[in-house]
Amino acid sequence: MTTTLAWIDYLIMLIYLAFVLGIGFALKKFMKTSEDFFLSGRSIPAWVAGLAFISANLGAQEVIGMAASGAKYGIATSHFYWLGAIPAMVFVGIFMMPFYYGSRAHSVPEYLRLRFDEKTRGLNAITFAAMTVLSSGISMLAMAKLIVVLHIFDAPFASLGLSSEWIFHASIVLSAVIVLGYVYLGGLTSAIYNEVLQFFLIVAGFLPLVLLGLKNVGGWDGLRHSLPTGFTHAWVGMSQASTNPLGVEVFGLAMGLGFVLSFGYWCTDFLVVQRAMAADSMTSARRTPLIAAIPKMFFPFLVIMPGLIAIALPAVQEAAAQPGKAATATSWPSKGLIPAEAEKDPKTGEMVPKYLRQAGSDEPLLDANGQKQYAYDYNLAIPNMLLHYFPTGMLGLGLTALLASFMSGMAGNITAFNTVGTYDIYKAYINRSGTDRHYIWIGQLATLFGTIVSIAAAYAAAQFNNIMDALQLVFGFVNAPLFATFLLGMFWKRTTGHGAFFGLLSGTAAAAIFQSLTLPAGAGPGIKGGWLANLHTFPSEMAQNFWLAIFAWTTCFLVTIAVSLFTKAREDKDLVGLVYSLTEKPREDHLSWYKRPLALGIVVLIMTAALNLIFY
Amino acid sequence: MNLDIRTPIGLLFLSLGGLLVIYGFFSDPGIYFRSLNININLWWGLALLVFGGIMTYFGRRKTKLRPSSTP
Repeated sequence: MTTTLAWIDYLIMLIYLAFVLGIGFALKKFMKTSEDFFLSGRSIPAWVAGLAFISANLGAQEVIGMAASGAKYGIATSHFYWLGAIPAMVFVGIFMMPFYYGSRAHSVPEYLRLRFDEKTRGLNAITFAAMTVLSSGISMLAMAKLIVVLHIFDAPFASLGLSSEWIFHASIVLSAVIVLGYVYLGGLTSAIYNEVLQFFLIVAGFLPLVLLGLKNVGGWDGLRHSLPTGFTHAWVGMSQASTNPLGVEVFGLAMGLGFVLSFGYWCTDFLVVQRAMAADSMTSARRTPLIAAIPKMFFPFLVIMPGLIAIALPAVQEAAAQPGKAATATSWPSKGLIPAEAEKDPKTGEMVPKYLRQAGSDEPLLDANGQKQYAYDYNLAIPNMLLHYFPTGMLGLGLTALLASFMSGMAGNITAFNTVGTYDIYKAYINRSGTDRHYIWIGQLATLFGTIVSIAAAYAAAQFNNIMDALQLVFGFVNAPLFATFLLGMFWKRTTGHGAFFGLLSGTAAAAIFQSLTLPAGAGPGIKGGWLANLHTFPSEMAQNFWLAIFAWTTCFLVTIAVSLFTKAREDKDLVGLVYSLTEKPREDHLSWYKRPLALGIVVLIMTAALNLIFY
Repeated sequence: MNLDIRTPIGLLFLSLGGLLVIYGFFSDPGIYFRSLNININLWWGLALLVFGGIMTYFGRRKTKLRPSSTP
């Protein structure tokens, strides 16, 4: 592969890093109280909080993963935005933010304690804290791997006389030190400010990529003509699992993704909710997710489109990063810019292209023309697009945008971790009566601790892939039912603490049981499911995942109601500001219409519906 | 907060844009075969300069008018 990085590319990266750390230093003097450190003193304007709201979620999984998914499944990937994010963002802004912001809680787990009880908070705080450090570790690992594959630091390492084996370790440590540095210095404000900066940088780096790519393939029409029809329609063929690339039917998609998973993430995950809680007023807090929804709905054009363009191009060998061999490999199979994955040939020990196999044997799976089908490394869609279209100079900017996306995802997790770690674990269970200064110090310590654990998680993930998969699976079980608890807690005042706690536990158990009894097509019993028995086979892993979420959510919903009816409810006066029916509605008639959350929410939903119609 | 985020964003984009424009002027035109023979450094650098200028202008204007308030 020919990476042509020159001094200007490194200069661009250095300038970016200087600004990121500079913001941390500039904010240090404003960190006077723990509210400043953990909640930005509740002083962030709505548009800043809104951009940080989507940027915190714009980590590695988003940019690399969505382009990969675009290359694999086509424009249907945009369901993760238009169906799987926007409606939930509108809901959290209009209906849920009054309770998060109005209750003056510092975190989502703290809201659970105010509304329910200590044990529900503890359960949520501990699983959430573990999950954030794990995701930031995975982000770190993905970034280090990418830096190695793209040979970004090869030239500076060679000129310093260092072995290239150290690049991986240096990348992990470097990313950790930078994120640690600016969060440690400037707390949440620093993370939020950098997220906004990173947001603009990501747009600046990827927008020209999409424009050049589209021009190259002849615009949207040219793209449509060079791809199979299913790839440029989001809804055609969705009525049945067998007729669309996702392998999901419309009910599973709408309920599983559009309702349970999406509302569970955008409405209850403290990582994003924290950004809105830092806003300067109730109206700003409610507008935060709504403002975020507007760029969010156009993100498919920025992150999915490069994946589509990458497979629409004729196979280009020399510019493509190939995971296994050097660029001299003459006949490495590829789909547009996306090369096949590499695997070790057991006989010769050489790296060869990985091909798909028939279930339960080593025989290759052949397509209609009798050709071998390969497993493509879709995660290289964005990196290879950058290398293909950007000359020296712009390449530096594109790679900086990529680094920015990794860092904003990592910092989002670290700030959510230090807040929950300090307020919901340390203050709740270890030391209740510290001074305000003491808690800032603990917050900084938690930042350091979270970063070290993330590094450990990154190395663990590099060593034992299965352990990480298993952990993520378990967290999936914990998260799936969560929205049922919040929905009941906020809108039904009869819900009790015991109901919430046992509802969550049984929802998680239901998810685990569901997983142990079903399998996606083409997989054997194991991490993919079916370890007790196989009662049902889903057409795809995504379908299994969506139905698991539906099942867990319903279980939690029903058990919470049942247990609540048999346990003693709290008195109305204790629930003021925590439950819909007992909370005064925020007054907004003095605002101009476009500043009112409800009006903004309706505009956002109409725009999203229009996008769905255009790309049906 | 006393630091308006628009100022650092503006300054970052002014420096990155300026750098790309200068590089675009002096670079070997041969490298632009990748970007469909468009001098992307020059043009996108100009776009970044405009954006950086707008951000800096609004960031600084607000700081001057109302030193420590939020809208």
